[in-house]
Amino acid sequence: MATDTTEARAGTRQTAAQAINGAEILVEGLVHQGVELVFAYPGGASMPLHQALLKRRDRIRTILPRHEQGGGFAAQGVARSTGRVGVCMATSGPGATNLVTALADAKLDSVPLVAVTGQVPQSVIGSDAFQETPMIEVCRSITKHQYLVTDVRDVARIVKEAFYIARTGRPGPVLIDFPKDVQLATLPEPPDFDPPMYLPGYHPEKYHVAPQQIKQIIAAIRRSKRPVLYVGGGIINGNAAEELRKFVERTRIPVATTVMGLGAIPGDHPLCLHMLGMHGTVYANYAVNEADLLLAFGVRFDDRVTGKLEEFAKHGKIVHVDIDASEIHKNKEAHIPVVANVREVLEALNAMISDEDIPDLSEWHRQIAEWKRQYPLTYRQDDEHILMQYAIEELWRQTVDRDPVITVGVGQHQMWTAQFYKFRKPRQWLSSSGLGTMGFGLPAAMGAQAAFPGRLVVNVDGDGSFQMNIQELATLYCEKLPVKTLLLNNQHLGMVVQWEDRFMEGRRAHTYLGPIDRPEALGEGDGGIPDQPYPDFVKIAEGYGIPAAQVRRKADFPDALAEMLNSPGPYVLDVLCPYQEHVLPMIPSGKTVRDIIIE
Amino acid sequence: MKPTKHVLSALVLNQPGVLAQIAGMLAARAFNIESLAVGETETPEFSRITFVVVGDERLDQVRKQLEKLITVVKVLDFSQDEFVERDLMLIKVRCSGPQRTEIRELTEIFRGKIVDVGHHHVMVEIAGPERKIEAFIDLMRPFGIIELVRTGRIALLRSERTGLEDDEPATPQSAAAEA
Repeated sequence: MATDTTEARAGTRQTAAQAINGAEILVEGLVHQGVELVFAYPGGASMPLHQALLKRRDRIRTILPRHEQGGGFAAQGVARSTGRVGVCMATSGPGATNLVTALADAKLDSVPLVAVTGQVPQSVIGSDAFQETPMIEVCRSITKHQYLVTDVRDVARIVKEAFYIARTGRPGPVLIDFPKDVQLATLPEPPDFDPPMYLPGYHPEKYHVAPQQIKQIIAAIRRSKRPVLYVGGGIINGNAAEELRKFVERTRIPVATTVMGLGAIPGDHPLCLHMLGMHGTVYANYAVNEADLLLAFGVRFDDRVTGKLEEFAKHGKIVHVDIDASEIHKNKEAHIPVVANVREVLEALNAMISDEDIPDLSEWHRQIAEWKRQYPLTYRQDDEHILMQYAIEELWRQTVDRDPVITVGVGQHQMWTAQFYKFRKPRQWLSSSGLGTMGFGLPAAMGAQAAFPGRLVVNVDGDGSFQMNIQELATLYCEKLPVKTLLLNNQHLGMVVQWEDRFMEGRRAHTYLGPIDRPEALGEGDGGIPDQPYPDFVKIAEGYGIPAAQVRRKADFPDALAEMLNSPGPYVLDVLCPYQEHVLPMIPSGKTVRDIIIE
Repeated sequence: MKPTKHVLSALVLNQPGVLAQIAGMLAARAFNIESLAVGETETPEFSRITFVVVGDERLDQVRKQLEKLITVVKVLDFSQDEFVERDLMLIKVRCSGPQRTEIRELTEIFRGKIVDVGHHHVMVEIAGPERKIEAFIDLMRPFGIIELVRTGRIALLRSERTGLEDDEPATPQSAAAEA
């Protein structure tokens, strides 16, 4: 009898050990996908997932952010810096809605992301249950795809499909909304983690470039006298930078990049025209305007690039290569449209182009060199104050050889970093470019640092953006992530101030970040650096256990920066900067290259 | 390009939420759906959604974005092709004794069917292209239309092609390449 009971118990234990619940299947699916990092904030509807993550802590590092949005952007930091799918997790309701901005951001910048949200049990879905939000509805237009899991037998397939969809074709975010009852439902034994996928409407591999199209492109190059390459995020996402460089050095066609394309060609390469568009260089915009052939590779003719569409590159023939068929002819009609992976196209061009096809561009190079000489990227010299442009250039000087990852918030400091930090490689520059989300920099840096523990990761931030996810300083401290923050603090929302100055007679409308009884709140400040800036970022950092320093004189800046860069842990350097500087050049919204503001 | 009526036919996965996705994408771009018909196809895992939308050149952009949806297999715009379209209507008309014969004759001319008769009304079932349906509605007005319901248009291409076949070249050919 006693023996029977023991055997029976042993039997039960064995079954219990083999049985696996939905949450465990999902986490096991992540392990199968090679996921090593998850940013997850728990709550009632996602606790089974966290228990499952705890069991697999041998394979997956789960980092607890201090806000779900921070977790979402940290997952983006992983994805943007490594090229692999980033993973974040939140509970239902507010936890899930806090992820929404990071998902919309990932959609616009084509960042591969899988977000898992807890959901209330299926029996109460639609009843306004506690912490219930219809995430599928909310996320429909801001994700590449979305799943509501209704059967534990589907979990392994859904995880596999979600990763496949996120990383293939034009990458993007995929949501898995996971009701708690399905998380807890069990299968008697682990399922096949590599099941067949069911995606009859999704064929990212079907588009290939035809040899005929390559011949057309080469013929267009042969007949051009003023060709320009306009390259973007597609080069980065498509791992095509090496092929691009070969193509550029062979043909000597100058290259302008979008904000998303920074690093596609080394910023210090002689054929690099740097950024084009609203805050692009004069010579990049002039070159595109004068071009008789525009090779638009992995770009989407965004309004911040084109300004007034009818006037953009109107003298030239346009070759548009993109993996996303719906981008072709969307904003600008292409003469040679190619729906294909941009790397494949560049490989074919490099293989097929011959010396006779390469036109003599010496006159064109002379013209561009003249523009570069006449309108260099520059800024006002100030011996006393620390101008943001100077601070970024100094950061570049001190770190260019250390292969850093640089993240930014959104606004003036972002544009100046884009202008003055010459990125040498793809995935060094992480910026919320399409959505323009303030607060992106700190959590994105946190994700990049977790992905590359030994690398220098610097968050260049503004005081407005920094405060939108400042709580992640706690994550840096607790998870021992040595992110450095170069805080360019001008006490204002600088980019909006710039637009107020340019287009609204300088009327300050809620763009000052200090107390409302100071004169700056009404635009009546003397322009000086305040004795007591608000808030006290050094104290805040110290409260989080993070070393910090403040610097206000140009003479002190290089050493203060070096001290931060050489410190072992996380660090905040609060740099007080003047607020009257404008990001230039500037082509006002909807205008043309003729309207470019240089001073 | 002036806004014109387009008949679009979408082959989609027969799953919850697909219709909402398609309707949402059109709504977000301020396209009004004039008619909509959804039903299972010869393969139960797929549904076909036929919808009529008034649109300009932006509509092709929307079509491409609809095709990008993971649950959408294919979206065809029939407007440039030969296709057969049908609409089904049930119409309830006021009528007393003497008018019944007249309505019956009109129904026969239109190859419709009287499907319900009462002391003071008849119900007619009628199918056909939109013009025919509208002509019939017009003829019924003098009698007094009590109410009517229409399925919305369904349409199929005249050729042997199906929506499932990949009838487009993988890459759109150059629009103006002289090279």
